[in-house]
Amino acid sequence: MRGGFDLELVRLTKRYGETVAVRDINHVFAPGSYVCLLGPSGCGKSSTLRMIAGHEEVSEGSILLDGHDVSFLPPAQRGTAMMFQNYALFPHLSVRDNVAFSLRMKGVDKASRHARANELLALVDMTHLADRLPAQLSGGQQQRVALARALVTEPKVLLLDEPLSALDPFLRIRMRAELKKLQRELGITFIHVTHGQDEALALADEIVVMNDAVIEQAGPAREVWATPRTEFVARFIGGHNVISLPGGKATVRADAVQLGQDGLPATITAVEYQGASVAVTTRTESGDDVLALLPEEAFFAAPKSPGDAVRLSWDDSRLHRLEA
Amino acid sequence: MAPQGVRPGGVLSPGAPPAQTDGKKQKGRAHMSTNRHVLGWLQAAPLAAILLAFLIAPIVMIVIVSFWGATEFSIYPAFQFDNYEFLFGSPVTYRVFLATFKYALITWALTLVIGFTVAYFLAFHVRSLTMQVALFLICTIPFWTSNIIRMISWIPFLGRNGIANQTLISWGVIDEPLEWLLYSDFSVLLAFVHLYTLFMVVPIFNTMMRIDKSLLEAARDAGASGFQTLVHIIIPLTKPGIMIGTIFVVTLVMGDFITVRFMSGSQRANVGRLISNDIGLLQYPSAAATAVVLLCTVLIVIAILLRFVNIRKEL
Repeated sequence: MRGGFDLELVRLTKRYGETVAVRDINHVFAPGSYVCLLGPSGCGKSSTLRMIAGHEEVSEGSILLDGHDVSFLPPAQRGTAMMFQNYALFPHLSVRDNVAFSLRMKGVDKASRHARANELLALVDMTHLADRLPAQLSGGQQQRVALARALVTEPKVLLLDEPLSALDPFLRIRMRAELKKLQRELGITFIHVTHGQDEALALADEIVVMNDAVIEQAGPAREVWATPRTEFVARFIGGHNVISLPGGKATVRADAVQLGQDGLPATITAVEYQGASVAVTTRTESGDDVLALLPEEAFFAAPKSPGDAVRLSWDDSRLHRLEA
Repeated sequence: MAPQGVRPGGVLSPGAPPAQTDGKKQKGRAHMSTNRHVLGWLQAAPLAAILLAFLIAPIVMIVIVSFWGATEFSIYPAFQFDNYEFLFGSPVTYRVFLATFKYALITWALTLVIGFTVAYFLAFHVRSLTMQVALFLICTIPFWTSNIIRMISWIPFLGRNGIANQTLISWGVIDEPLEWLLYSDFSVLLAFVHLYTLFMVVPIFNTMMRIDKSLLEAARDAGASGFQTLVHIIIPLTKPGIMIGTIFVVTLVMGDFITVRFMSGSQRANVGRLISNDIGLLQYPSAAATAVVLLCTVLIVIAILLRFVNIRKEL
């Protein structure tokens, strides 16, 4: 059922001179969902986001929001708001004035725009720092301010351009939990560009994997992870081994690979202890690298070292054929 | 003074004293710290000496001479306030200072508007860096000749039978040559603006180039129009550059005497010309007193300007 504030891309294309950054993509973003645009750098995910935001001109195709073509509207009239990668907070304005900026542009009087800014600062838990300048805040705090500033316009769709990339790993995990919580509370669509598959899996209701200017695969996070459509997706999303079989390639999940007495002969090239599990990298005779993720107890019951010959086996039902 | 600005021995501190036995270490450290102290002063000494010899000493000399006395044919050391009394007692002084301020203010306003516009165009409208650098260098081409030449080259253009008047007459815009084009306030200000606009363009352009372009996108995302972005984002963030340009232009115009002399045909005066006239008449004490008053005036103006904007982060 399509309804509410859904966002649709129709044959969207972006060209920079000869190079095509985004090629002819079609996609419908379900309303109120958390969507991650996932892909390596240069795959066109940021261009797509910036076209939706209105900071990049659409070369061909259109962007429909809530049934209206917004492709040629200025950013502020689209019903979208963007959170920039480096937050782009105005350095000369206090936190409160940063959040109230768009209201000031609309000519809202000082008292009411400050009241509204305070509400949003309370939402992101930043009320106590409202009078500071951005330079006096930590990365995580700046991000909350940027979030509040984007949300003050009451967007239907919030666009986040690699929002967590500037944070240290610890803070990144904390902030992504907060992003998810906020999205659930607000019930609006979040489109989040990232190149980190763990981030995408942790956050997204829907993952859109992009490569080489096109969408490789789109679907719920579990579906994309469990049944990657192409070799690229299988490799990019991680935790999969791509194996050449007669009649095409297939993937098998790293945690489904077992070391045993019979099966595919291989040599161990690396052993990595990861806590709950041990990652054993092996190379088969045909030259494929196969990763086996073994439970800790199982590995240490029969420890192996690099150079050991092993045989790899898996349940055939865990084998997933790739389309490309 | 310079030595206070340099942390004595600061350069050496990473190479902390080598760890030895306890007794030696104590001794070594004490020795090291006196060494460092001396070394710090030595490092600061060359710059301090230069500033002392070429900045502080001449100013002190001027201040001393400003209290000396003069007759028609001699000057004699003394400590008297005659020069200042004469200066502050003469209505000419106030008129000339007022004229100097007028030149400074009008030149400042014009160079600011032109300089800001040029810098804005270079920083935000020219997309490629190569083009920005090329256009920026073109701006500096006039500086390849001396500023006297640049000034004098206006004279045939603006003169009574100059190119400007002839063109305007041939177009039928005017019937008689315009008298106020040359040897007037207009020509003085024209030359000032021509000479000093670049001093406004450079610092403003420099500050503008440091503005993160995503701030402009963020402003657009928040619904700001081009004009609102200019007023609320670009101008506030460019203030330090504007202030540095302002200091350049104001000090240059207030200290100038040659432009006013040439472009006004010696019909207008400013403080610089007052000083240069006194020197021409060998009235050094009087010239020194005027110079001291001018120096104080300029310093006060700069102090007032610095209260508005903190330019430290630009330096």
